[in-house]
Amino acid sequence: MNKILKKEHFSPNVLHFEVEAPQIAKTRKAGHFVLVKVGEKGERIPLTIAASDPVKGSISLVVQRVGVSSAKLCDLNEGDYITDLVGPLGKATHIENYGTVVCAGGGVGVAPLLPIVEAMKKAGNRVITVLAARSKDLVILEEQMRANSDEVIVMTDDGSYGKQGLVTAGIEEVLLREKVDMCVTVGPAIMMKFVALLTKKYNVPTMASLNTIMVDGTGMCGACRITVGGKIKFVCVDGPEFDAHEVDFDEMQMRLNSYKEIETEAMKHYIETAAI
Amino acid sequence: KERADKSRVHMRELPADYRNKNNEEVNCGLTKEEALNEAKRCLDCPAPSCTNGCPVGIDIPQFVKNIERGEILEAAKIIKQTSALPAVCSRVCPQEKQCEAECIYAQKMGKEAVAIGYLERFAADYERESGQMAVPECAPSNGIKVAAVGSGPAGLAFASDMAKRGYSVTVFEALHEIGGVLKYGIPEFRLPNSIIDVEIEMLKKLGVEIVTNCIVGKTITFEDLQAQGYKALFVGSGAGLPRFMNIPGENLIGVMSSNEYLTRINLMGALRDGDTPVLSGKNVAIIGGGNTAMDAVRTAKRLGAEHAMIVYRRSEAEMPARIEEIKHAKEEGVEFMPLHNPIEYIGDEKGRVKQMRLQKMELGEPDASGRRSPVEIPGAIETIDVDTVIVSIGVSPNPLVPSSIKDLSVSKWGTITVNDGMQSSVPTIFAGGDIVRGGATVILAMGDGRRAAAAMDEYLKSC
Ligand SMILES: Cc1cc2nc3c(=O)[nH]c(=O)nc-3n(C[C@H](O)[C@H](O)[C@H](O)COP(=O)(O)OP(=O)(O)OC[C@H]3O[C@@H](n4cnc5c(N)ncnc54)[C@H](O)[C@@H]3O)c2cc1C
Ligand SMILES: Cc1cc2nc3c(=O)[nH]c(=O)nc-3n(C[C@H](O)[C@H](O)[C@H](O)COP(=O)(O)OP(=O)(O)OC[C@H]3O[C@@H](n4cnc5c(N)ncnc54)[C@H](O)[C@@H]3O)c2cc1C
Ligand code: SF4
Ligand code: SF4
Ligand code: FES
Ligand SMILES: [Mg+2]
Repeated sequence: MNKILKKEHFSPNVLHFEVEAPQIAKTRKAGHFVLVKVGEKGERIPLTIAASDPVKGSISLVVQRVGVSSAKLCDLNEGDYITDLVGPLGKATHIENYGTVVCAGGGVGVAPLLPIVEAMKKAGNRVITVLAARSKDLVILEEQMRANSDEVIVMTDDGSYGKQGLVTAGIEEVLLREKVDMCVTVGPAIMMKFVALLTKKYNVPTMASLNTIMVDGTGMCGACRITVGGKIKFVCVDGPEFDAHEVDFDEMQMRLNSYKEIETEAMKHYIETAAI
Repeated sequence: KERADKSRVHMRELPADYRNKNNEEVNCGLTKEEALNEAKRCLDCPAPSCTNGCPVGIDIPQFVKNIERGEILEAAKIIKQTSALPAVCSRVCPQEKQCEAECIYAQKMGKEAVAIGYLERFAADYERESGQMAVPECAPSNGIKVAAVGSGPAGLAFASDMAKRGYSVTVFEALHEIGGVLKYGIPEFRLPNSIIDVEIEMLKKLGVEIVTNCIVGKTITFEDLQAQGYKALFVGSGAGLPRFMNIPGENLIGVMSSNEYLTRINLMGALRDGDTPVLSGKNVAIIGGGNTAMDAVRTAKRLGAEHAMIVYRRSEAEMPARIEEIKHAKEEGVEFMPLHNPIEYIGDEKGRVKQMRLQKMELGEPDASGRRSPVEIPGAIETIDVDTVIVSIGVSPNPLVPSSIKDLSVSKWGTITVNDGMQSSVPTIFAGGDIVRGGATVILAMGDGRRAAAAMDEYLKSC
């Protein structure tokens, strides 16, 4: 049972939670995630630790409301308890002074990117962050990113804010302009796939943080498996970060859709019952 | 003489065409009359061989004698002197390979063994249902803190024994539920959760503290535990890493490990009232022939599979599953495809598995396991329709704990290496169960936990 200390909206469907978790707050590093379960019958869903406050004994989660389980979490309020929360899971991001690092995030991938941006900056890198969203009101964490980056490029699909175009256009602008030593990307599988194709062309090493479907998060079930360089890897214990140029993103995208129909039905049902 | 003429009791079971649609426990247990009668068969051998077959050395003739006399609670007490989880083990032990295999009836008389497992279950269930479960006596608290990693049978048995010796025991469990494989793996129809919960309540009465959602090596390190004053650690973290075959199409949607399938259903309540989804279709193939495969295939049948199939590369005689499991599966309508080995899965346009290609096999010379090895029949390949495939070809030790502790020596299979007292290369760390043996059994895991407790007690006293 972990108490929710603070809840705020970043955008209509993206919420920020500060949750009591003293042990995790102490040991977590950039790249780590937790598994969260709301209710006795809830599902275990992975969420990146966006930040932590070891003194206060709390961690921050940024959650996008996409289906039943994230909705159940988003519907909790300050003072409520999360039934189960376990972590920190996964391998911490490999942080070093590479030189110039481009950090590219899209959609809810921006939340997991924040601790990486912070750590990269702290390690002495020149950090250029590219944030992508469909439109202006979906751009999140811009302020926090600016505080930890040398430059922030915002890309929107509809041009309502920043520049118009996809995340790749933002990255390419930098690649054409200066020497980049490392790229980190977090976002939807399809986005990471195109980022990887682009940086491969420019020969820039690239790390992708993957968000596969998980159950236990400890290497016990294999639900999170993907193919990297022709080999099976478990994202929860071997990742979540991998060499983006080796990841089979098409397979990952396919596997993310494993339960699409069931999930859509369940969400419809959840909204209907909540409405009553 | 007349004792030996009686025939072995048959345990009542739910009818196959009823039970294969629900989750009720298949085996109904013995009535008191049946138990008393069966107990009469035991010859009370002066040098009982049955006891040698029990990995924890339960005093079998003693407890059986007490049942015969009608002293059921006394019988339960005797069993509990050596076994921490009798209601569990009597349900899941492969008795036909252990205690009952060594019974004189089977060994010398060419008859069916005394139904030791059934009697043990009777005594344990009787005690539980009597509401007079004896809380074992504990030595006065010695204030020494010890910890167990994992709440499977190994960790629970360790905790129980250490608590009885007066230690303050904390069990750390990674999952949100207590019980390890007993909860997330073995299904309700074979081992009801309520039975495990009673045992866990008993542990709590002994003063054992259980911390769920805590991964040793991640949430808390070995060094943290030392700093918090834990004097020694028992690792019972199990063999949780599922193996795959690395054949084309194995990552298609609908192909999953038996751990994933059973966890979604048993631990997460998929298709009952849980929010977690599971795929379980009409044509379900389980790859493998062990207990886990049988649990998965019988679960698939219960979830409405028209064809629930066991696909196994050797013949039925080589299957590692318990005989009873195979029999129950067949009665419930499970189809068996021995001497078949998958070589490829084929998906539809959305990536969901729709067919599998099977290589037919024949038996060749015995291999390292002593069983006849499967050999491919050249060109004999068959394609069948499947919409769900459950890969159940074994597990490897979970590397999480071993890799997080410096100087802990592990074998080339990733198991923690220990001495006879279950002590590892780090003197304050003991280990047992599947993390030491690879995939083994509940009773062996429990025995390890108890042995580790005895050895740790000795060790801590000598410090
Ligand atoms: C390492 C990691 C870190 C993540 N960090 C964040 C984060 O910081 N913030 C955030 O909003 N989201 C994060 N996610 C994604 C988040 O876990 C999913 O959005 C969530 O599980 C969706 O569940 P649902 O029931 O709300 O939606 P559903 O409608 O059930 O699912 C929507 C989609 O989410 C994916 N999904 C479903 N179940 C799971 C599951 N058990 N585990 C993982 N993915 C699933 C599937 O692709 C599915 O189609 C992360 C995922 C991973 C693997
Ligand atoms: C489906 C299935 C059916 C089976 N049927 C039978 C049967 O009929 N008869 C039989 O005798 N045996 C059977 N077995 C085998 C038997 O269940 C195992 O041998 C036994 O459970 C091993 O016990 P254990 O305590 O070593 O580990 P487990 O039961 O695996 O428990 C280990 C526990 O440790 C936890 N853990 C792991 N790492 C950490 C960590 N770092 N920190 C905290 N906790 C951690 C895990 O979450 C788990 O709960 C079956 C196994 C399966 C999977
Ligand atoms: S614990 Fe298992 S092996 Fe031992 S007597 Fe009981 S059923 Fe037989
Ligand atoms: S060997 Fe068989 S008959 Fe003899 S004591 Fe054991 S159970 Fe009884
Ligand atoms: S989530 Fe189960 S193995 Fe990764
Ligand atoms: Mg969901």
